[in-house]
Amino acid sequence: MPMLIEYLPILLDGLLTTLSVSLVSLAIASLFGLAGALAKLSTGRGLQAVAGAYTTLIRSIPDLVLMLALFYGGQALVNDIGLRLGWDYIDIDPFLAGSLTLGFIYGAYLTETFRGAFMAIPKGQAEAGLAYGMSGVQVLWHITLPQMIRHAIPGFANNWLVMVKASALVSIIGLDDMVHRASLATAATAQPFTFYAAVAVLYLVVTTVSILALGQLEKRVSLGVRKAVL
Amino acid sequence: MIDLQIIQDNLPAFLDGARVTILLLLASAVAGLSLSLPLAVARVSANPFLSRPVFLFTYVLRGTPLLVQLFMVYFGLAQFDMVRDSSLWPLLREPWFCAWIAFTLNTAAYTTEMLAGALRATPAGEVEAARSLGLTGFDIYTRILIPGAVRRALPQYGNELVMLMHATSIASAVTLVEITRVARDVHANSLLAVEAFGTAALFYLALTLCITGLFRLLERRLLRHLARPAGAS
Repeated sequence: MPMLIEYLPILLDGLLTTLSVSLVSLAIASLFGLAGALAKLSTGRGLQAVAGAYTTLIRSIPDLVLMLALFYGGQALVNDIGLRLGWDYIDIDPFLAGSLTLGFIYGAYLTETFRGAFMAIPKGQAEAGLAYGMSGVQVLWHITLPQMIRHAIPGFANNWLVMVKASALVSIIGLDDMVHRASLATAATAQPFTFYAAVAVLYLVVTTVSILALGQLEKRVSLGVRKAVL
Repeated sequence: MIDLQIIQDNLPAFLDGARVTILLLLASAVAGLSLSLPLAVARVSANPFLSRPVFLFTYVLRGTPLLVQLFMVYFGLAQFDMVRDSSLWPLLREPWFCAWIAFTLNTAAYTTEMLAGALRATPAGEVEAARSLGLTGFDIYTRILIPGAVRRALPQYGNELVMLMHATSIASAVTLVEITRVARDVHANSLLAVEAFGTAALFYLALTLCITGLFRLLERRLLRHLARPAGAS
C-alpha cells in the first residue's frame, strides 16, 4: 500500500496519456465514421464499395493485429519514402500512431452507428429541405446532421467505452500509458497485483464517469422528444 | 513487392498458431458459457442478494480492459505467497492457464448480461401460460425461459464469439504462441510488417467468416419460426 501511494502520481500521469489517446482517437474515429456513413448512404457505387470494404475488413480483424500492422507497416512506409527522398531516419511518434490507428479502427464501428442514426431520420425531412431549394450540403448541415446526433448517442457512448479499454493496447506498441506505467512500477516494486488492480480501478472510474456523463448528454439532446408511455 | 517466400516459410508456424487460437477460443467459450447461464438466472432474480453480486461481477469485468485483467492473473497472482504455496501454482504459472482463466471470466461477464437481457425479454404471457399449466419454478426455467432466451441471444452470441476470438490475440502479450505472436515473431525476424501482420489478418478473417457462417446456419435452424415465409417479401 505505501508503495502504491508513492507511485500513484506516476499512474495518474499515465491516466492522462490514456485519456488523451482515447479523446484524440474518438475525434479521428468520428471523422472516419461520418465519412464512412455518408459514403455508405451515398448513391455512388465506388464510395459504397470502399466504405463497405472498410467496415467489413476492420471489424473482422483484431484491434491488436491492426494496430501492429499499421504501426510497423506505417513506420516501414515512412522509412521507405524517407530513404528515396534522402531524409534522415524518422521515428513515428507512438502517440500519433496509436491515436491514428485506434481512430481508424473505431471509425469503422462508428460508421455503422452513424449510418443507422442517419437512417432513423424520416426521409421526408431531407426531401422537404431539397424541395425548398437547399443544397445537399445544406440539408446535411442544417437538417440531418443535428438530428442524427440524438440517435447516435447510445452507439457512440458504447464505442467510447470500448475504445477507452482498447487504448490499453497502445502500451504494447510502446506508448507510455497507464498500463505501461504499471508494468514499470511492477518491475521496481515486485507488486504486480497491486499496480494492475489500481489501473483496473482507474479504468472503472473512467467508465463509470463516462456512463453517467453520457446519460446526461442523452437526456439533454432528447429534450422535447416525447416517449411512448407503455 | 510482397515477399511470398517468407509467408510460405512461416505457414506451418501460422497454422500451429491458429490451432492455439482455436483451442483458446473453444476452451474459454465453453467454460464462459457454462458459467454465464447460472449467473444470468441469478442476475434477473428478484432477490438482491443474488442479483447484486452478479451485477458487480459483470460491471467490473466489462468496465476494465481485458489486457489488464490478463496481467492481473498472469503477473499479479504471483505477488501472494498464498498462491505461490498453493497446489494450483504449477497451473497458475502457465500462461495458457492464466489466459484461459482471464478469457473465461471476461466472456462470462459479457454473456451473462446478454442472456439476462434475453431472459428479461421473455413475453409475460409465456410464463403465465406455463404457470396455468401447473409448471413450477425449476421447470419454467428449464423448459420455457432458458430455451427461449438462448434462441433470442443467439445472434448476439455469435458476435461475442467473434469478439472473443479477436481478444485471444491479447494472449500474445503473455508469451502464448498464437497467431498474433507468430506474426510478431516473423516481423521481429524479417522486419516485413505487411507480410507478417497481413498473413495474421487473413487467418483471423477466415476464422471470423467461419464463426459468422456457423451462426447463420444455427440461426436458420433454431430461429426457423422467425424466418420470413418463402415467397413473402
